[in-house]
Amino acid sequence: MAFTNDEVLAGLAELITDETGIDASEVALEKSFTDDLDIDSISMMTIVVNAEEKFSVTIPDDEVKNLKTVKDAVDFITNNQ
Amino acid sequence: MTATLTEATGAQHSRIYAMGAARGENVVPNADIIEPIDSSDEWIQKRTGVITRVRADKDTTAIELAAAAAKEAIERSGIDPAEIDVVIMATISNPRQTPSAAAIVADRIGATPAAAYDMNAACAGYCYGIAQADALIRSGAARYAVVIGAEKLSDIIDPTDRSISFLLGDGAGAAVLGPSDAPGVSKTQWGSDGSKSELVGMNGTLTQFRDGEVEWPTLRQEGPSVFRWAVWDMVKVAQKTLDEAGVRAEDLAAFIPHQANMRIVSEFAKQLGLPESVAIADDITTTGNTSAASIPLATHRLLEERPDISGGLALQIGFGAGLVFAAQVVVLP
Repeated sequence: MAFTNDEVLAGLAELITDETGIDASEVALEKSFTDDLDIDSISMMTIVVNAEEKFSVTIPDDEVKNLKTVKDAVDFITNNQ
Repeated sequence: MTATLTEATGAQHSRIYAMGAARGENVVPNADIIEPIDSSDEWIQKRTGVITRVRADKDTTAIELAAAAAKEAIERSGIDPAEIDVVIMATISNPRQTPSAAAIVADRIGATPAAAYDMNAACAGYCYGIAQADALIRSGAARYAVVIGAEKLSDIIDPTDRSISFLLGDGAGAAVLGPSDAPGVSKTQWGSDGSKSELVGMNGTLTQFRDGEVEWPTLRQEGPSVFRWAVWDMVKVAQKTLDEAGVRAEDLAAFIPHQANMRIVSEFAKQLGLPESVAIADDITTTGNTSAASIPLATHRLLEERPDISGGLALQIGFGAGLVFAAQVVVLP
């Protein structure tokens, strides 16, 4: 069963909280991973690997560089399920 | 009639007899290196776990560090250096391609005419060396072997590089191996993936440097991609190593991965599900990443700090430029 955009956003927020301790309510579509959420490249990769498992998608290394905002990640995951 | 060849026959098992270590003379705190990379002590500690790294004096060579580490290991082993049959030196930072560093080290430690060779398997070099020494001893090609990981990485770093240089240190670690009544080195899981050769390594060649096409070649890495490979791919290798050795995580006394970055070490331990009873090597926090030297240096330190784990089992895994990897379970000396 495919995840909806809202489900992906909520799931991603959980993974971000687990990795960084950032409150899930802070995780909104327009937020930048680096500039707004202060997530570094190593934490980002941990979140990506956990998202792959959670949503059964493959997110290649080259694609990770394009995921600048939470919306970029939600869109990529929902479009590649 | 054709003569029948006589083959070598070796010991049934091998084990590590003793370890030795030599670190660069200078402790370099984060404060000394942050300006060219526009960083801070807090940033480096939070993101890598490194508080200080050790770097050698300008005139100190990897050969000198290697000889010092090997001498300590030999003295502790009680083996007469003249009985050593092979000296294997893992290094990526010997600035003189030939003669080999290993031949010079062998002579300095009193092992001439032991077989001696350098080996380039980057941060997996020490574990590659242990695999070879174990095989050589059990085949009969050698009775006693010295395996050294030695690096002077400070010669191949760029102070303005934010990808890896600030993590790196200088040092050498050595192990003496010999025959054993019981298994002391498990089957090694090792391999390579040259399709990912560009993820970590030198940013130019010596011929490009000669021709003025590049600056002095130094180390670079694609940190996030290396991190993903080093944790999630290497966890599978580590688990297979344990499985094929017939060892469970709770049987381990220590986990000694390549000291690349404390976050790799921590995430790796988490993914492996190691119980709290397992000592986890964290030498990177004060020594830095010393490539081929990091595992033997971390082992040496762990044995100094935790003599109670002597005789216990350690899972050691090296991974790095190539990409290459190697892992085995060893009985700690």
